[in-house]
Amino acid sequence: MRGVSIVGIGQIPVGEHWDQSIRHLAYGAVSAAMQDANIDRADALYVGNMLSGILLGQEHLATLIADFCGLRGIEAAKVEAACASGAAALRMGYLAVASGLHDVVLVAGVEKMTDTPSGSTTAALATAADAEYESAHGVTFVGLNALIMQRYMYEYDVPMEAFAGFSINAHRNGAHNPYAMFQRPIDLETYRNAPMVAEPINMMDSSPICDGAAAVVLVPTDRAREFVTGHHRGPVRILASASATDMLAIHDRRDPLFLEAAHLSSQKAYLQAGVGPEEIDFFELHDAFTIMSALSLEATGFARRGEGWRMATEEEIGIRGRLPITTMGGLKSRGHPVGATGVYQVVEAVLQLTGQAGENQVPDARIGMTQNIGGSGATIITHILAT
Amino acid sequence: MSVAGAWRTRRQRYALVGEICPDCHRHIFPPRDVCPHCSQPAGPLHTLSGRGEVYSFTRMHHAPKGFEQQRPYAVALVKLDEGPMVTAQLTDVDLQEIHIGMRVEMVTRKLKEEGEEGQILYGYKFRPLMATGD
Repeated sequence: MRGVSIVGIGQIPVGEHWDQSIRHLAYGAVSAAMQDANIDRADALYVGNMLSGILLGQEHLATLIADFCGLRGIEAAKVEAACASGAAALRMGYLAVASGLHDVVLVAGVEKMTDTPSGSTTAALATAADAEYESAHGVTFVGLNALIMQRYMYEYDVPMEAFAGFSINAHRNGAHNPYAMFQRPIDLETYRNAPMVAEPINMMDSSPICDGAAAVVLVPTDRAREFVTGHHRGPVRILASASATDMLAIHDRRDPLFLEAAHLSSQKAYLQAGVGPEEIDFFELHDAFTIMSALSLEATGFARRGEGWRMATEEEIGIRGRLPITTMGGLKSRGHPVGATGVYQVVEAVLQLTGQAGENQVPDARIGMTQNIGGSGATIITHILAT
Repeated sequence: MSVAGAWRTRRQRYALVGEICPDCHRHIFPPRDVCPHCSQPAGPLHTLSGRGEVYSFTRMHHAPKGFEQQRPYAVALVKLDEGPMVTAQLTDVDLQEIHIGMRVEMVTRKLKEEGEEGQILYGYKFRPLMATGD
């Protein structure tokens, strides 16, 4: 196995891009990443995407994107793992380079969610759940997370406003990210007044439906210096890449309040990287809903069971806090174009590790962790990155 | 759900037909080829009692396509007395009175209409347990 490094990143602003099709979104990110790495060719392109078939009637997506990006002849394939598709594609690229089969690999995450009415998009997102035994009963993806949050609040006696801090932190950071969908801060009042989506989850607990694309270029670590141009402080190494699963349906889990797949994948990642949670300088977690932030912190070793919500303060998770999270706005403020999210997280981690995070720069960031969750916790992929 | 898919799962949706694992003796719902608890081949069919309690619930204010007419409605995780948990709607209940721990029983209701040309999907929902019938 060879070491793998990231030598190029690209992203487009997350938002409602009615003037652009999925191929244009992907091209924006792929071309930026290729330019950043100073390459005009790659051995393979792996695309993370969840919904192109169901929402756009477009499968065979990676080949379409390779075609549109001028990469005729290249190996290309789409990788799907619900909302974890982006990290799954990254892991595919990681395996391809680490194994020695490929030297230069492009990984893109892309999602187009705003071409369809929101009811159709909501129904499509619910395909991440068990179609016959969850979705058939009219439960949305938000609804599934609401079932977890309601029980969490009951079991640990947590007031609802306890989760507000996660959203406030995300928006505080997103306000300084030019690629974020919502570049404005919110306060407790905004959270209190947010309309309910599926009780107890309100609009400010939830990440938005949106379009986006992000991309990275992977090469063997021992060749990384060849690709790094002047504007970088250096390439970023992927210290660990680990994936794990849990039962697909929440009702089949051993404990619906514990993200077993986050625990398994983070433990594998810590072992592979040779670091523990105390050495992680910042954590790009999967805050699709505020409850997921709390559960992720608990399952990855940053908080005890039932106490993840206590970290929702600026002292704990702010840019200068004990463990900065969602440093560029997270899914809540940057946005959650589902299949692209895992790649956005990694692009943002690279910005932090190379000192390019601007106002949101975490001081002395050397080791960062990203974690992408598919479904309501059934696929969880963890990456650890370092300069 | 496809017509064939609805037909294949009819016994589960109409009667909560699950299994009992011959090795670890735990109840399983829906039937599987492999027991999720002990990974041995799953066992003979067994009909669950349909009684249980609310483990968690949510009131849905936004509905996916096909469920808009039913809004607002409640979805729950119901922990059945035999052990398995199911996801299902609650019905015949004041939405404000639902609470964790509430005793419920299975009833058969219309789950979803798939339009003029589509099928009507029936299946289990749960209502507060009636005092009689014990």
